[in-house]
Amino acid sequence: MTISKREAPSFLQVAQKTLSDFGLPRIIIMSTFILLLVLSWVNGMNVPSLFGDVLRRWGMFGILVLAMVPGIRCGIGPNFGVTVGITGGLLGAVLSVEMRYIGMFDFIAHNPTLFGLTGAFVAIIIGVSVATVMGILYGMLLNKVKGSEMAVSVYVGFSVVNLFNMVWFLIPLTASILLFPAGGQGLRLLFNLRDDFGGVLNNLGQFRIYFGEHNSMNVPTGLLVVFFICCICMWLFTKSRLGMMMTAAGSNPEYARASGINVEKMRILGTTISTALGALGIIVYAQSFGFIQLYNAPQWMGFLLVAAVLIGGASIRRARVFDVLLGTFMLQGILTIALPLINVMLPDVPALPEILRLIITNGIILYALSKAKGG
Amino acid sequence: MQDEYVLELEHIRKEYGENVVLNDVSLKVKPGEIYALLGENGAGKSTLMNILFGMTVIRDTGGYGGSIKVSGQEMKFIAPTDALAAGIGMVHQEFMLIPGFTIAENIKLGREETNPTVLSRIFGKSMEQLDREKMDQDARRSLDAIGMSIEEHVMVAGLPVGYMQFVEIAREIDKLNIKLLVFDEPTAVLTESEASKLLEVMQLIASKGIAIIFITHRLSEVMEVAKTMTVLRDGELVASKPIAETSMTEIAELMVGRAVSSTVDSEGASTDLENADVVVEVRDLHVAMPGETVHGATFDVRRGEIFGIGGLAGQGKVGIANGINGLFPAHGTVTVFGQELNFSKLGDALHKGISFVSEDRRGVGLLLEESIAHNIVFRAMTINREYLRNYGGMKLLNQRQIDNYADKMIELLDIRCYSKKQRVGTLSGGNQQKVCLAAALTMKPQLLIVSEPTRGIDIGAKELILDYLAKLRREEGLTIIMISSELSELRSICDRIAIVADGKIAGILQPDASDADFGLAMSAALK
Repeated sequence: MTISKREAPSFLQVAQKTLSDFGLPRIIIMSTFILLLVLSWVNGMNVPSLFGDVLRRWGMFGILVLAMVPGIRCGIGPNFGVTVGITGGLLGAVLSVEMRYIGMFDFIAHNPTLFGLTGAFVAIIIGVSVATVMGILYGMLLNKVKGSEMAVSVYVGFSVVNLFNMVWFLIPLTASILLFPAGGQGLRLLFNLRDDFGGVLNNLGQFRIYFGEHNSMNVPTGLLVVFFICCICMWLFTKSRLGMMMTAAGSNPEYARASGINVEKMRILGTTISTALGALGIIVYAQSFGFIQLYNAPQWMGFLLVAAVLIGGASIRRARVFDVLLGTFMLQGILTIALPLINVMLPDVPALPEILRLIITNGIILYALSKAKGG
Repeated sequence: MQDEYVLELEHIRKEYGENVVLNDVSLKVKPGEIYALLGENGAGKSTLMNILFGMTVIRDTGGYGGSIKVSGQEMKFIAPTDALAAGIGMVHQEFMLIPGFTIAENIKLGREETNPTVLSRIFGKSMEQLDREKMDQDARRSLDAIGMSIEEHVMVAGLPVGYMQFVEIAREIDKLNIKLLVFDEPTAVLTESEASKLLEVMQLIASKGIAIIFITHRLSEVMEVAKTMTVLRDGELVASKPIAETSMTEIAELMVGRAVSSTVDSEGASTDLENADVVVEVRDLHVAMPGETVHGATFDVRRGEIFGIGGLAGQGKVGIANGINGLFPAHGTVTVFGQELNFSKLGDALHKGISFVSEDRRGVGLLLEESIAHNIVFRAMTINREYLRNYGGMKLLNQRQIDNYADKMIELLDIRCYSKKQRVGTLSGGNQQKVCLAAALTMKPQLLIVSEPTRGIDIGAKELILDYLAKLRREEGLTIIMISSELSELRSICDRIAIVADGKIAGILQPDASDADFGLAMSAALK
């Protein structure tokens, strides 16, 4: 038998294909990012410091965006309802603060870093466990509404946020930092993590790179390391037998069934991992932010995360870890640099940065959904 | 006027980058002629039609060389609408009909007859009222022209596939100046009786002076209706002849470029099969597969045999394979190499050494987004836990082993691709089928079930797949059950052929049994 292979595509074709695979919207976003950097430099802003902020927000949002990957891969699409996991994570954080208050971590109070890490660790353990249970239930629900997961996940997210509004109001905790200062009942809208795990990962091994006397860039090493470890674990998972089975169930359920894979279970698995990552992600986010916001704060967070992974190159059917790295960096980069820049350039329009943020994130989601087939 | 050509394509040349996909192709089609355009997948038929219709993909990739003349007039189509205006129509393979509209509405879509109203005088033509009576008349005329008696105000939703095809044709005919119709594999999705009806309609249309370009893989249809045929191979025109001066074998030879053996060599096979032990026992199998229900099939398969299952569409032959593999609810007793299958357990057939090549290649058979290599090893990895490697307690894909193995299979089955990393969705049908077969063999099955292995693929790939199945049986003694709608194909490689009618086995015949016997079995008259 003669072996006749089709000719390999030429360099030009490969270059063309790579460019078109990369996609126009990503090119636009990337050029906008570079344009903003140049503009902020021209306007005499502290570019290295801004860039350090971009790095911080990259790690801060990274794990939350990573939570989109298992959802998309297992076939439920972009998980707008990641707020379910976020809420679980918030519960873990609140309980960790209460445990610190009643003195459960006092035995290591002599070492502030270890003290903070323990608080974060306890918050993660509780948050992830709660989120796992909620994720399983959420996954079972999504199996009942195949074909309209996206709409359902949005409303599940909203419902859970509102359900927990009652929890935050009624939960019998004692830590004064958590409670409304003027007395009365319920937890505060926003509280400080200064005495708990605020900044504990950011400060771990952080260093500054100086550019001249006044310009410096801060690198939050611990935060980025945790983010990268999560990414590597997710990447390894996609290369494992279970990960491949889950991806198959998402991309072609008929094929998966014919391969003896229980598609329902795989969807629950993906939803649960996504929800658990949401819990982990919000705790990492909160320690970097330094505060925790309860009640309606997480309601719209899912949209921002979906936008990030989509602009990174994912579709509602396909997502890679690389999309998370790229998408989070570009989206957060633009938001971080654009907002102060606009304040400098147009100081008389105070609401503009917020308006712009909404236009960018919702525009990206709209674009991605218009490209999506079915769903 | 009679001798004038309705369409003349002269010296058409087209390149994608550095690949020449069409080189110096010329065709001349006369009015009222059925002109068959033949060639394997990838021979350049679709590109030629894209050029003819002025598809934007052609212009975006650098245009084409050569000239197109319609009724002697030189044309330069830049958009599909130009081709339509010049009187060239296309009957699509996938139906472009609106299910919630009636047949008449679908036929007149975009060319509605309207009456002016008060509103339209103010707001313009788009507010005019539909003249339903006139539209129904027009639709009726088109339907009559193709011999369709169906009522024009029936909803399209729920019509059988065959009827939808005819509505499409009626819509094309309704265009006033239509001179040439292109049929792109119109019979691929039709049952045999619908297909023969379609061929009649084509002849009817041609008799009214409309020329037809007929693209198909089924040579018997070409012999039946076409007047002239042209064979393309690798972008070159190989031959152009009147059908009367050629034969099916010659056309097939022209298409693949090498002689086709009409029957696969089955030497040294059936002699000792008589005494071989029975390894597959199917008893009273019922399968609830929509459109292919099985009501109590019973048969035995011997070790090392190719057991064919044939029959008309919808009689249940495909249901048997899908039932055994657990894709549709089934009950009954199936014993394979001494182990009874448990239908309630997902994937049980796979765990008991049965590999299945599904008839629904793109739906059930492949992960279109994944690479060739991953498709080939996927089931072996998930079911047999092969192609994994232990990295410090974590079992991950062994990419090097997968790549090496994929290269081997690509060479063995002559899968035409530029890399094992190519997405399966971008391969042609025949090559996708080879990937399915490679994946099934990677499972190292005891029993291989192939369902419609040659449906919709070109002759070259077809030959290769049938040859390879025969070779597997001959050299490795693999037991194979093959389901196919093409009787000639079953007769060429099977040792015995069961004919399914009405969800039951109507008879088990030798491949050399007479046509009459097969015909009787198919109509369920043979006991």
